Amino acid sequence: MNLKLRVWRQRSAAEKGKMVTYEVTDVSPDMSFLEMLDVLNEQLILNGEDPVSFDHDCREGICGSCGVMINGRAHGNGLFDSHPQTATCQLHMRSFKDGDTIDVEPWRATAFPLIKDLAVDRSALDRIIQAGGYISAPTGTAPEAHSILVAKKDSDAAFDAATCIGCGACVAACPNASSMLFTSSKVVHLGLMPQGQPERNDRVVNMIHQQDLEGFGGCTNIGECSVSCPKGISMENISRLNHDLLGALRAGARPKS
Amino acid sequence: MALELFTVGEPIADTKAPTDVPIGERWSERRFRAKLVNPANRRKLTVIVVGTGLAGGAAAATLGEAGYKVKSFWYQDSPRRAHSVAAQGGINAAKNYRNDGDSVHRLFYDTVKGGDFRARENNVHRLAEVSTAIIDQCVAQGVPFAREYGGLLDNRSFGGTQVSRTFYARGQTGQQLLYGAYQALERQMAAGTVEQHARTEMLDLIVVDGKARGIVARNLITGEISTHFADAVVLATGGYSNVFYLSTNAKGSNATAIWRAHKRGALFANPCYTQIHPTCIPVHGEYQSKLTLMSESLRNDGRVWVPKERGDTRDPRQIPEAERDYYLERIYPSFGNLVPRDIASRQAKNVCDEGRGVGPNGLGVYLDFAEAIGRLGRPAIEAKYGNLFDMYAQITGEDPYEVPMRIYPAVHYTMGGLWVDYDLQSTIPGLFVIGEANFSDHGANRLGASALMQGLADGYFVLPNTINDYLASGPFDKVDDTNPAAIEALEGVRAQTERLLSINGNRTTASFHRELGRLMFDLCGMERSEESLRKALDRIPEIRQEFWTNVRVPGEAGRFNQSLEHAGRVADFIELAELMCVDALHRNESCGGHFRAESQTPDGEALRDDENYAYVAAWEWTPEGVPPVLHKEDLEFEYVHLAQRSYK
Repeated sequence: MNLKLRVWRQRSAAEKGKMVTYEVTDVSPDMSFLEMLDVLNEQLILNGEDPVSFDHDCREGICGSCGVMINGRAHGNGLFDSHPQTATCQLHMRSFKDGDTIDVEPWRATAFPLIKDLAVDRSALDRIIQAGGYISAPTGTAPEAHSILVAKKDSDAAFDAATCIGCGACVAACPNASSMLFTSSKVVHLGLMPQGQPERNDRVVNMIHQQDLEGFGGCTNIGECSVSCPKGISMENISRLNHDLLGALRAGARPKS
Repeated sequence: MALELFTVGEPIADTKAPTDVPIGERWSERRFRAKLVNPANRRKLTVIVVGTGLAGGAAAATLGEAGYKVKSFWYQDSPRRAHSVAAQGGINAAKNYRNDGDSVHRLFYDTVKGGDFRARENNVHRLAEVSTAIIDQCVAQGVPFAREYGGLLDNRSFGGTQVSRTFYARGQTGQQLLYGAYQALERQMAAGTVEQHARTEMLDLIVVDGKARGIVARNLITGEISTHFADAVVLATGGYSNVFYLSTNAKGSNATAIWRAHKRGALFANPCYTQIHPTCIPVHGEYQSKLTLMSESLRNDGRVWVPKERGDTRDPRQIPEAERDYYLERIYPSFGNLVPRDIASRQAKNVCDEGRGVGPNGLGVYLDFAEAIGRLGRPAIEAKYGNLFDMYAQITGEDPYEVPMRIYPAVHYTMGGLWVDYDLQSTIPGLFVIGEANFSDHGANRLGASALMQGLADGYFVLPNTINDYLASGPFDKVDDTNPAAIEALEGVRAQTERLLSINGNRTTASFHRELGRLMFDLCGMERSEESLRKALDRIPEIRQEFWTNVRVPGEAGRFNQSLEHAGRVADFIELAELMCVDALHRNESCGGHFRAESQTPDGEALRDDENYAYVAAWEWTPEGVPPVLHKEDLEFEYVHLAQRSYK
């Protein structure tokens, strides 16, 4: 099939960007969306033009590197009734029709400065983890694994939250550019495990504090995050985070300055 | 034979394992004999760790906790992206929680045998010993392993072993283990013990007075090329499956760090040992950029078959039972569809070579669940394999509940890597190599669920205990940018970058990578022969020549330039491919994933030649035009007796 792409081109954060139109011909329905961009880039290189930059790595939907807005939707999630929620690399061209026009844009959020074209800097998410998204267990200090029992339902719910791949789609989809779904997935994963209890109060206040410092917006429970999430992380995690946060503040926990 | 291809140098041997005590005491004895570094002195010592996968992430975090000054480098935007994240199945540990006869010795034995007797016993025994501490460590970090209703950890069996020793987190074990290491690493970054270098790619090793003292790296955002110095350098940069272009590795996975270290003097061991996984989704077109693995657990219920007749293009559901060849069940009646990975892969290739392959390009075999669905019912199959079936449907657009899956082997893991001793130190003092990047534990074939075990063993428990012995002699003399070795390395990287950008030829980097990959898969893949390897060795220098005169790399050096990154990696893959073929040609035996057509039993099975090839082939780099030098490390089997594998 033949497609018209309108792609956001911007050489650097300091320069102005714009949408540029490209025709891509002979697209196979079996190609992934990123393979279609590969074909475009090979054409651009051979024509002496600058190829489109975009982040990608595993191309099997688990590393969280890739992610673009497709027709205004993060990873294209929500555009196709039949397609399950995935990362961009697992969206295949059979979801589109011959002659379609597709808009391709980067994640847009103050906390995700643009690097080039479709690639943005998501290190703010790592800094939220640094603020408390861990259990302090230095190597060698662990007790025998079976000395810690975890109820299966807690373990399963913790796992559901822990599947977050840190791609940033939740932020890109949110009208407030809030990272609440990302942050809550880690707070809930660790908060449901017995090992995570000692640091539970400090964790939530410090992670939320860092989230604010990074310039992410506040959560107003719109829910775009969850329907855009390639792993389908539930908004229930945000409620659980708020519950933890209130409890922590009431108990006197305050962010490290 | 083939004297013009290589020369033989001095033998090499590990000198660090204390072989004067029984194997079960060697690791403890080594830790006792190794020199230590006083906690107060650790903060004066700097260690560079390149890569943040299971091995690198765990090592950087642990060294940071110990009080060393750590500098961590990764090419992705976040340490959490490292390709360990994609491992599905699980991690082995000799906990014996099932009370089914498992032990450290059994895990050791299974791993040596599974590796087809081409691994070093001492290293494998240590791996089995520390396996149990890994599970403890990961649980303490909050890794959400699968559990039973009583709250205890669940296990499953895996990869043909007879015990249930595999711990797992649904089909995302690698992801969850990596996040454990990543969170520990981020904690150390916040604590200030680990300095972070995101989107920074190592492009050379700086060797001063024979010791590894730093790296040259390029900041991938700004394009700045700079030097970074340390008292020791640790490479945890993964495997080199992408030399085949199509593999299950991430697109960015590359051999550049280990290859540049090799060119600086680190020996490269067993480069031809590659693992080709039998159950991947087949190639669907020329534009294909990567292959996706389907967990080998599918072979528990799926039956593998092809039509008996060549060129039978009927809908598989229309082919009657009598006209199907369930070839694994036919050839291996006792193991059937559950033969090891190398055997299942090679037989799939054989039936496709006979013209009986299925799918658009004839490179595929059926993995059929009709019988299992009939026997167990669709809900049972959904519960067991639902996520895999969904993934298959998403990629291929076909419904595997209705139509048999099509699968084909794909390159998945490389057992070869930089040579290391028992301390995981390479032949360059101060250069340590951990995880898939080294060669040490899997011999000629890796067992399922052992890669995660090795990565975390090296990162959490082995390296942090062995590197002290080296660092105790430090801090070493200060090195900075004025050092001639640093200047030479930095200028070399700059010159190569400029050269790549200035060629401005007519072919893209990807076109060279595809050509190289196809050649390697056809001529140095599942089956290798003297003829195929010589053909490859004739062709690779031509590809190299054309690459360096006709590649077109757009853009500038001083900017974010993904084309430039790819070109540098492909340049190194071309050189590595040549060494892989030399190694494969020199090893005139079949073992594990290395199948030489000339070395097989009368019924077509791999035939080892222990008399002539029970050694590690460690290669020394030589400049273009001079054949590489082979150093042999003889393998001794004190505790596991050499035997031919049989699965019939």
